Amino acid sequence: ITCLVMYFFAEFDDAANLLAANPDATTISIEEPAEISKNQHGRLQERGREEDDELLGTDDSDKTELLAGQKKSAPFWTFEYYQTFFDVDTYQVLDRIKGSVFPVPGKNFVRLYIRSNPDLYGPFWICATLVFTIAVSGNLSNFFIHLGKPTYHYVPEFRKVSIAATTIYAYAWLVPLALWGFLMWRNSKVMNIVSYSFLEIVCVYGYSLFIYIPTAILWIIPQKVVRWVLMVFSLCLSGSVLVMTFWPAVRDDNRRIALATVATIVLLHALLAVGCL
Amino acid sequence: FAGLADVSISGEVPVEGEITVPVSSHAPDEDFSTLDEPVRDTIMRDLKAVGKKFIHVMYPKKSSALLRDWDLWGPLVLCVSLALMLQGGAADSKDDGGPQFAEVFVIIWFGAVVITLNSKLLGGTISFFQSLCVLGYCVLPLTVAMLVCRLVLLAGAGTISFIIRLIVVVAMFGWSTLASTAFLADSQPPNRKALVVYPIFLFYFVISWMILTFTPQ
Repeated sequence: ITCLVMYFFAEFDDAANLLAANPDATTISIEEPAEISKNQHGRLQERGREEDDELLGTDDSDKTELLAGQKKSAPFWTFEYYQTFFDVDTYQVLDRIKGSVFPVPGKNFVRLYIRSNPDLYGPFWICATLVFTIAVSGNLSNFFIHLGKPTYHYVPEFRKVSIAATTIYAYAWLVPLALWGFLMWRNSKVMNIVSYSFLEIVCVYGYSLFIYIPTAILWIIPQKVVRWVLMVFSLCLSGSVLVMTFWPAVRDDNRRIALATVATIVLLHALLAVGCL
Repeated sequence: FAGLADVSISGEVPVEGEITVPVSSHAPDEDFSTLDEPVRDTIMRDLKAVGKKFIHVMYPKKSSALLRDWDLWGPLVLCVSLALMLQGGAADSKDDGGPQFAEVFVIIWFGAVVITLNSKLLGGTISFFQSLCVLGYCVLPLTVAMLVCRLVLLAGAGTISFIIRLIVVVAMFGWSTLASTAFLADSQPPNRKALVVYPIFLFYFVISWMILTFTPQ
């Protein structure tokens, strides 16, 4: 595949002319070997490997690799470097949010939606919204619980904002850092097919927190049963997004370590849910 | 000068003559130096600029005056007055009360800086201080709402006063958001407008929440 791609780039002019004349020809010539190998994998090998290739998107991973290399070439002290992390359009952000709320079993969030274009817009503003939503809804739910009691005097409880902000931003940044370090360390010991960059992990965590925003708003309802059902439901949804993202990355490892990693991820997520809501 | 267009000069012919530039009649010093003017003039000029921008915010039309001559006096005055008016809230213990002065100040300024950075990172063409200026000035409707809320609370703190305050705060929140969007939205790439408008919405929502939940002692 690499040779074909280099051939394509070396004879760019001819290729461009060919493409103009016959739009299908060049594209087929590049993708054909990948198509064939993908089909072979699909038919001959077991379902696990097929999932991997589907998840990886082998046909365009080479191209995205090259493109990703070209994109982030600005040095880190220039403004343009950080602009590459905000290179998303409105519909892309909305798609990623949709993907985090409706996890499709078997589809990897990172490969499907992020595709080597991790953005920092989503994680940052989803966390900010979540902080203020939790503070506001916590305040309102307190108000509704104590409504009608003659001794109750309403207070705005502004301290909740600072506490919530510290907790959520720490979770959204330190846990991905720890997870990324852990995955890098395991990668050096056991060769994994799937590995994620730090920003992709931050992205997944950020978008997976989105489901907590409507949950926090609905948390205003003072019924205990409703609250517990909501919390378990949202925990399952966002937990499943995380699990489906990270399972392929640790699957090839020692069975116990893989299970322990996934369990820790879920546990931390549950702690956040219980603590905040 | 039209006749000169036909003239072609070969390299060997020496060109000589006089060039006179018409000079404006009054001395150039008067236009550029404001050191000699009375202090009142200086202050009044700045105050007039600030006042003109306030009027632009209350009647948002697509004018570039707010953007071109940015200043941060107006935002500072608004921020300080809003933070001062939010003081004196009820608190059983120090932890449960409303926002402190520093918290309001930090939220407004840090929030405005973050939103500006966000719009610049998304590819906006507006300059840093212009955006700060617009966001700061558009806090004016909410400051007016705070004033109205405090006056209403002087009359009583029952359900009716809450409903009045709610309506006033919601209306001013909408006004602020629309005013700032009218000024800032044009400088964004069209497929990212919603990404830029949403943080502005969140910013004014938080300020409105602080105003609405203000309860006096």
